[in-house]
Amino acid sequence: MADTGARPGSFERLRRLPLVGRALDWGMGESALSPATREAGARIAGLRATESVCPYCAVGCGQVVYTRGGRLVDIEGNPRSPINQGTLCPKGAASRQLVQQPGRLTKVRYRRPGGTEWEELELERAMDMIADRLIAAREAGWQDEDHYGRRVDRTLGFAHLGGATLDNEENYLIKKLFTAMGAVQIENQARI
Amino acid sequence: MAEAHPVGFRWVMKAKERGARVIHVDPRFSRTSQLADRHVAIRAGTDIAFLGGLIRHVLETESYFREYVLHYTNASAIVGEQFQDAEELGGLFSGWDPETGTYDRSTWAYEGGEVAAAAGVREHSTQAFEGKSGMHAGEFKRDETLQHPRCVFQLLKRHYARYTPEMVERICGISHEDFLAVADALVENSGRERTTAFCYAVGWTQHTAGVQMIRAASILQLLLGNFGRPGSGILALRGHASIQGSTDIPTLYDLLPGYLPMPRSRADDLTLEGYITSNGALRGWWSNFDKYAVSLLKAWFGDAARAENDYGFPRLPKISGNHSHFATTMRALDGGLDGFFVMGQNPAVGSQHAGLQRRALARLRWLVVRDLAEIETASFWRDSPEVRSGELRTEEIATEVFLMPAATHVEKEGCFTNTQRLVQFRDKALDPPGDARSELWFMHHLAKRVIARYAGSRRERDWPIANLRWDYPEHGPTREPDVEAVLKEINGYDVADGRPVSTFNELKADGTTACGCWIYAGIFADGVNQARRRDPGAIDDPAGGWVSPEWAWAWPANRRTLYNRASADPDGRPWSERKRFVWWDEEAGRWGGYDVPDFQPDKRPDYRPPEGARGMDAISGAEPFMMMADGRAWLYAPSGLNDGPLPTHYEPIESPVENLLYPQLSSNPTGIRWQRAENPINPTSDPRFPLVATSFRLTEHHTAGGMSRWLPWLAELQPEMFAEIDPVIAADRGIEDGGWMTIVTERAEIEARAHVTDRIKPLRVDGRPLHQIALPWHWGYGGPLPGDSTNDLGLISGDPNVSIQESKAFSCDVRAGRRSRPTTTRLVGAAPPRPPVPTNADDPSAEEPKEAAE
Repeated sequence: MADTGARPGSFERLRRLPLVGRALDWGMGESALSPATREAGARIAGLRATESVCPYCAVGCGQVVYTRGGRLVDIEGNPRSPINQGTLCPKGAASRQLVQQPGRLTKVRYRRPGGTEWEELELERAMDMIADRLIAAREAGWQDEDHYGRRVDRTLGFAHLGGATLDNEENYLIKKLFTAMGAVQIENQARI
Repeated sequence: MAEAHPVGFRWVMKAKERGARVIHVDPRFSRTSQLADRHVAIRAGTDIAFLGGLIRHVLETESYFREYVLHYTNASAIVGEQFQDAEELGGLFSGWDPETGTYDRSTWAYEGGEVAAAAGVREHSTQAFEGKSGMHAGEFKRDETLQHPRCVFQLLKRHYARYTPEMVERICGISHEDFLAVADALVENSGRERTTAFCYAVGWTQHTAGVQMIRAASILQLLLGNFGRPGSGILALRGHASIQGSTDIPTLYDLLPGYLPMPRSRADDLTLEGYITSNGALRGWWSNFDKYAVSLLKAWFGDAARAENDYGFPRLPKISGNHSHFATTMRALDGGLDGFFVMGQNPAVGSQHAGLQRRALARLRWLVVRDLAEIETASFWRDSPEVRSGELRTEEIATEVFLMPAATHVEKEGCFTNTQRLVQFRDKALDPPGDARSELWFMHHLAKRVIARYAGSRRERDWPIANLRWDYPEHGPTREPDVEAVLKEINGYDVADGRPVSTFNELKADGTTACGCWIYAGIFADGVNQARRRDPGAIDDPAGGWVSPEWAWAWPANRRTLYNRASADPDGRPWSERKRFVWWDEEAGRWGGYDVPDFQPDKRPDYRPPEGARGMDAISGAEPFMMMADGRAWLYAPSGLNDGPLPTHYEPIESPVENLLYPQLSSNPTGIRWQRAENPINPTSDPRFPLVATSFRLTEHHTAGGMSRWLPWLAELQPEMFAEIDPVIAADRGIEDGGWMTIVTERAEIEARAHVTDRIKPLRVDGRPLHQIALPWHWGYGGPLPGDSTNDLGLISGDPNVSIQESKAFSCDVRAGRRSRPTTTRLVGAAPPRPPVPTNADDPSAEEPKEAAE
């Protein structure tokens, strides 16, 4: 048997007895609580808890995300998940810093052809520019037939490569829109 | 597994506490080996020789699970006379065409019939592009005594006869003692009362014979009766939160959702009927192919998809060869790609031959990168090794770059599919900061712009855009699309009233149902998001929810173990009380058990198909592998693979060792080689590259580092690139522990801190010492903690079935000290940048049509 940290069952039975149980708990739990500690309360008290899933490997550990007033306080393992039962690995335990990392991007950065520095761009403007370029690339790379005269009805003007932390719904929209536009060069980490 | 899937490994440790024996086979002694009962060091890339040896052992000692093999596998099937094995032809199978480097695979068929592979026709090789119809179905001949010289069982025996323990020792560097210990453990822990599971990851798949490595393990597990039963199987430990989902709902060039093949440029795929006929099957589950294909078209094109226009099918783009990431990279390198979207991916560090990836990025017209931080793929124009070396000049790089801030996993809602097909929905905890948005938002608002531009267009090529069904409701100040509306479309619905379907059995081929991905049908059953269920159940009680059936939802149909009908014997009784899982309940007239049966729920075990039966009626009640046209698991694969019906030992493309079993060949003859000056291959047995290199991951980092190197806690835990090297070769080269060393291939040289350690031991291969080095691949030149990238060293190559690269075994050399120049300047043939050209040129990846194809 591995050491699970639990006390033996016989101990727990003794503990439930009046008086004897009190004695066994001497210096532990409630009896050891100082007024200051009692006053401070639990750090997670009053936080909103949201259930999530770890974004790293594919084991799929459950997470609980604690927020206060729309700000992230911490991310912990979800004790209810039958997969990880509250545990997390170093990456999962650090996932709070994905949100709060020092280099987190919050604005669109734009680098013009031949440019030596980033420039800032409004989001809607960036979306318009990308849509223009996407449509131009589709048209420029269009093929009704391939080199051998076989019907292909496609464009080779643009390509996509996705990471495997994209949600299923996101992948679905990527495949749906880009295929409708005639793209075939749609790939994902899942191959590589 | 302890290193890369630590929390998953916790369950291996729980099993060990209960008496399970744990064996770790890996080139290096790792955190997993430390906790295993035995570590077996292997030369990287020789797993088929090892597994082949185990297959031979099981056959020779008659240790196989005879009843299981006889009833549930194709061991008794008789293969046609035209078939010749690799043992007869020096490592090649019959049908080899040296001119095209491909096989005529019709020579591998069963006698009297041809069987569709489970997932339709798929091609990846740069060469192979024949059109093979999968619908043929003659009457298969069997020999239940397993004695017929051409039955699969006998073929298997002959194929692996030379994979002796001595040969395993010579090829893999695994001692006789280690080999027998593994063989005995496998046999002792298989059968009615016990099961064995294999866990693997990319150490098996990233090879030019990667698919066949998995096949070899499948053969072994089938012989031992280890599929569809509790504690059995070969379990892929996938490395990313939804890498399974990215395959199911694929952003992959050769697939449509639910493993429907992407249409190809051949006569069969010009009409819906031809597509269905050539990709579906007459027998088995894929006989439902038409329902899934039509329902997908209805989901995409709505009312515009009608029977009279083939539901829009002819307007779908068609593939004509290999359009994988590497083919696209080559195309970009040649100036043939205008635009590139990269979402949550870092190819400048993480893709094979990363130096070539960076050069390709410099030849785009525009690049959109969506990520959380400024990863190397976004900033290559400023500080890549090629810019630092002066090979590329920032001012001359014409690529326009949009770096878009993305939302993290807690700033959006949506679902991931984990490594066991479990789809788990995440709730949103907070808003993304500033202009950061989800990819769902990005695709939705991009789609709206594109659709508006093509509205009303009458051009044929614009039909799919002008008729694309895109009516997802929006909410909140950022107008985020409703993710559950997308999930409902994936689930499928009745076209008339919009009611979500509850299972894929409700899908129809007449246009009355729509479904974005048939295998996910049921995820929104009863209008409820089943992936958001969070009742773990009584997880210690088999009857109360051993498999936690109400924790999230697994595809297909919430089945947690695939092919679980195999956990019962042909008569439907559990093989043993100890291993009961799913069984036939005579009283109820249904299959029951701890899991949702992966079988037709009321098909009796004694059901036998009448002559000429079609579809699922052709699968008997005693044949659990219903996705296969013959209801059996395939020891021998008569179709579906490009490189042979049986796994065969080939050396990696880059190996310091000749092929001892097939001296005329070295590596997989059908392996994809991108033969270009910029992608030079280290020749086999080249004395300049005497060492074997393999790559690995660390617990504290994630893939190319985009989600870990920027996080202060993780960066502090593993701050620096290093290489593991054994003391013997280190002493030989004057490399000191903690000092610098340089690793060299034809593509690049990189530097790393040397970790001189016994964790990686010299092996004896064919009587000579062989040294391996192991490299974590998480670092890149950018970010807060720069380090050289292991993938700068790699060769772009591919498995002929799935186009995955061989990054887990390649040859190299090492020397003491730091590199003397930027990492990839060794590279010859990479032309200087030039302004990208328009891309209406012919497609260089297109394959020449074969006469036999159409």
